[in-house]
Formats: sequence, C-alpha cells, structure tokens
Amino acid sequence: MVEAPTLAIDIQNVSLWYGDFQALFEVDLQVKRGSITALIGPSGCGKSTLLRAVNRINERLGDYVRTTGEIHVLDQDILSDDVELSQLRRHVGMVFQRPNPLPLSIRDNVLFAHRIHRADEKFNKLEEDEIVENALRRVLLWDEVKDRLGREATGLSLEEQQKLCIARLLPVKPTVLLMDEPTSALDPKATAALEELIWELHGDYTILIVTHNMAQARRASEETAFMLLGRMVEHRVTEQIFLAPQEEETADYIEGRYG
Amino acid sequence: MTHSEGDGGVSGPSLMFAATPLNTRNHRLQWLFRALFGLMTLILVVPVGIIFGVLLVRGGPAISFEFLFSYPSDGMTAGGIWPALVGTIWLVAVSLVASVPVGVAAAIYLSEYASDSWLTRGINLAIINLAGVPSIVHALFGVGAFVIFAGFGTSILAASLTLAVMTLPLVIVATRESLQAVPMAFREACWNMGATRWQTIRTVVLPNAISGILTGVILSVSRTAGETAPIMFTGAAFFFPFLPTSVFDQTMAMAMHLFVISTAVPGAPDELKYGTALTLITLVLLMNAGSIWFRSYLRGKKKW
Repeated sequence: MVEAPTLAIDIQNVSLWYGDFQALFEVDLQVKRGSITALIGPSGCGKSTLLRAVNRINERLGDYVRTTGEIHVLDQDILSDDVELSQLRRHVGMVFQRPNPLPLSIRDNVLFAHRIHRADEKFNKLEEDEIVENALRRVLLWDEVKDRLGREATGLSLEEQQKLCIARLLPVKPTVLLMDEPTSALDPKATAALEELIWELHGDYTILIVTHNMAQARRASEETAFMLLGRMVEHRVTEQIFLAPQEEETADYIEGRYG
Repeated sequence: MTHSEGDGGVSGPSLMFAATPLNTRNHRLQWLFRALFGLMTLILVVPVGIIFGVLLVRGGPAISFEFLFSYPSDGMTAGGIWPALVGTIWLVAVSLVASVPVGVAAAIYLSEYASDSWLTRGINLAIINLAGVPSIVHALFGVGAFVIFAGFGTSILAASLTLAVMTLPLVIVATRESLQAVPMAFREACWNMGATRWQTIRTVVLPNAISGILTGVILSVSRTAGETAPIMFTGAAFFFPFLPTSVFDQTMAMAMHLFVISTAVPGAPDELKYGTALTLITLVLLMNAGSIWFRSYLRGKKKW
C-alpha cells in the first residue's frame, strides 16, 4: 500500500514576480497534513501572495504574474501545465479577509461549489439537504440558520457569513483550507468563535492561515512561519518561535518593534 | 444664571455656541448654492413640463380610438396613425432583437474576459465615438451597408439594423457599467471555488447586473422610437397604407410620419400633428414605465 503523504503543502524555492516587481524570493515552506500553520509578517511581505500561489488564483491577472520553483499539494506538482485549475481549487479552498458570501440564499451558497463540480445535471433534493446540514453543522452554524436556509446569505452577521464561507468549501471535500486574515473584519467575540472553529477543523483539513494578529497566531496555530520582504525568515513550532525566536528580525517583529 | 461658570459670567452659556460672522457667511453661501442648484433643476424640468402641457392641450382632443386605429386618409390631412404606430413597434422590436444580444455580449467580453490592452482600449474608444456619430451619418451608413450592400432594400430590417448600430453604444456602455458595479469579491469567491468565468458570469454576475442592463435597454428604446434620420432612407415610407407583414416590407413610423405631416403635407391640421407627437411620447413613456417597473422589481430582490 502506498503511504499517504505526510506533507499537505510543499513549497520549494518559489519566486514570484508581478511584472518587474519580485514579490517572493526563493521561499520554502512545508505544511504537515492536518496541521494549522500561521503565516505572519508585516504588510506587503508576501504572505497573501504565497497563500494565493497555492491555489494559483494569482494567475487570474494573466501573464503579468510569473512563478518559478515548485509547489506540491499532497505530492502532486500543482504548477505543471496539465493541472486543471478547477480541480486544484476544489481541493484547495480559500477564505477571505472580508466574508464574501454570494448574493444567493444560504442554502445555495453552501451548495455552490458542490453544484459546479457535480458531474451529472440531475439533482437530488434529499442529497442536497444532507450536504447543507452536514456542512453547516461542521461550522457550528446549523442551529442558528436551519430555519432560514432560503434567506439571502448577505443578511447574516459577519461572523455567520464567515462561517458560511468556510461551510461552502466543505461539500467538495477539500484537503487544504487557505485563510487570508479570516477574522480581521470581525469583532473580538466573533474572532474567538472563528478561532475555535478553525482549531476544531484542523486534523480533517490542513489549514494555512495568514494573520496580522500575533495573539491569534500564538493561540490558534501549531506552527508559525515569519516572512519579511518576500523571504521566509523563520518557520518553527509556534511556541518556540514566540518564546525563543532564532532570528533577530523575527524577535523584533514579534515584540512589535516594526510592522 | 446658574449655568455660567468659568467664563467670567459674560452673558450665559449660549455665547460659546453663538454664530460667528464666519458661520453666518458660510450659511449664506450654503443657502446661495442650494438656491442655485435648485434653480438649475427647475430650468431643466420646465421645458419638459411645457412640452407635455402643450401636447396634452393641443393634441389631447385628437386622440381617440378612431385616431389610433385607423389609416391616414385624404392625402394624410385626416384619419389616423395606425400603420405608423404599428411600424414604430416593429422597428423598436427588431432593432432590440439585434442590438441587445450583440451589445450585452460585447460588454460581457470587454468587462469580464478581455484584459486591458491597446486593443481593448481601442475598442472602447471606438464605442464612445460610435455614440457621438450624428444620426444622419448612421443613416447613410445604413443605406450603404444594409439597403445596398446586404441587399435588404428599403425595409424594416435595414432600418432596424441601422437603428441597432446607432443604439449599440448605449447598450454596451450601460451593460459594462452595471457589470463593473458587481463587487469583485463575488467573482473572487466563485473563482476560488473552481468556477469558470462563464459559470461565474451566469450564476452571479449577470443576475446582479440585469437591472443596469435594462437601463441601457430603456434608453435605447426611447432613442429608437424617436429617431427620424436613420430610418428616412432605409425603411420608413412617406405613405404606406398597409401593415407590414414581414421585416422585408417598408413601413410607416411615428417619428417619420410626424416629420412628413409637419413639413410636406400642406393643409394637415395641427391637431393631427400634436396628436401624433403625443401618441409617440406616450408610447415611449409606456415602454419605459414597463421596463422601470421590471427593473425595480428585480432590484427589490437584490440585497447587498
């Protein structure tokens, strides 16, 4: 039997240019399967760019974006030409800074990705009901919204919207969830709820989360990677990086001397 | 004066919040500009009101079942406008069938697919220029392209296509604007779930842009119904007392009919002219009202 890969994401020697501007310099990052890894660093250091390289969403900008190096997701080379982006994005979901539910009903939001990736056009209401319930239960939203699944998702609170944005990724069984500052639009209480959910999801899903919030990285991640000016400075177990950073730049950032 | 403390008790607490000369001047200026803008709005509305008033007073009595549904008679000095009314509806309908699909598709391409290059910038410039071309030039283009080259002859088809070319920029610009008003976050969300551009456009972008697209259609309906020059040489007849049976027939049209009885038919009673104008305006208003109602119905369903 082939052993399941232990690395969910393996980024090696990745450089990325927006036109003439080089945003990433030979970045390496390994993310273990089922773990939560936090990406920290000052604004403009390339964290979000690196995140967006993992589902190749940067490429919507066209030839303007150039990537070199290697990125593997579950041992599969994702930069290869024969990668179907639709399949890649099914397996590597993304959660954004501002919750961005689609202007559809709650139910249709949860089913959106499922419907896109469903091969046959027939739909089975019972099956869909089950998918909606499972996904919403998984993000701890079911009890709050089960009576109003037909309502517009844009009418939910921000916390509920963000949970919904996670829930809609789950029906297509992703491996990796990329999260780009998922709590920065939320109040402290909602942030805590989201962190709890993210913690609850890891294990089943590999989570790579960009955050500006040091406390969040410390609370809600197992490993932390610090980036500065497009380079990977330090990547270690979260406790270690916060208690005993090896690099001076990391220490300066964590202690709030810049950023 | 129980409240005046710490101010030397000059004249009570209101002094601190009393208007200074600067405040007074600002208020006066504010009032002046408000009056100025209000006046401009009034100037804008007055001609519209007068036009409607005059048309109603002088053309109103001419409107009757008889007038609307009978053919012109006595060398167009009497009778009704039925063939012109029907002709205008034909022209509007056929030109919409031509301009809306092409315009909406082009706008989708420009807004959702095309990258920003010298080519797309050139196309955008061409569209803006097309909007600025005088209608008589469109008419001559229509004669050359549709009547002669394409061999449609002077027909509803040639006239409608000429009108469609003329109204394309309206449809394209309105559609593009409304597509771009759909928040980028929705597209990002779709793409990140693996949706193709077309799936994104069909499920999210178009349903949310439809009310803006309708605005473009409304504008183009009004222009299509009211234009005279583009149809004069391409399909509208001076006098054609039959109802068109296909797009290859000539037809009468309201705008053209109004022009003809006002300039080329000696002895046509004024009542007839005002009645025709009133009917034309009412027709356009009815079509607009219908689309505006539909648009607000769609907007009511949209929440973001």
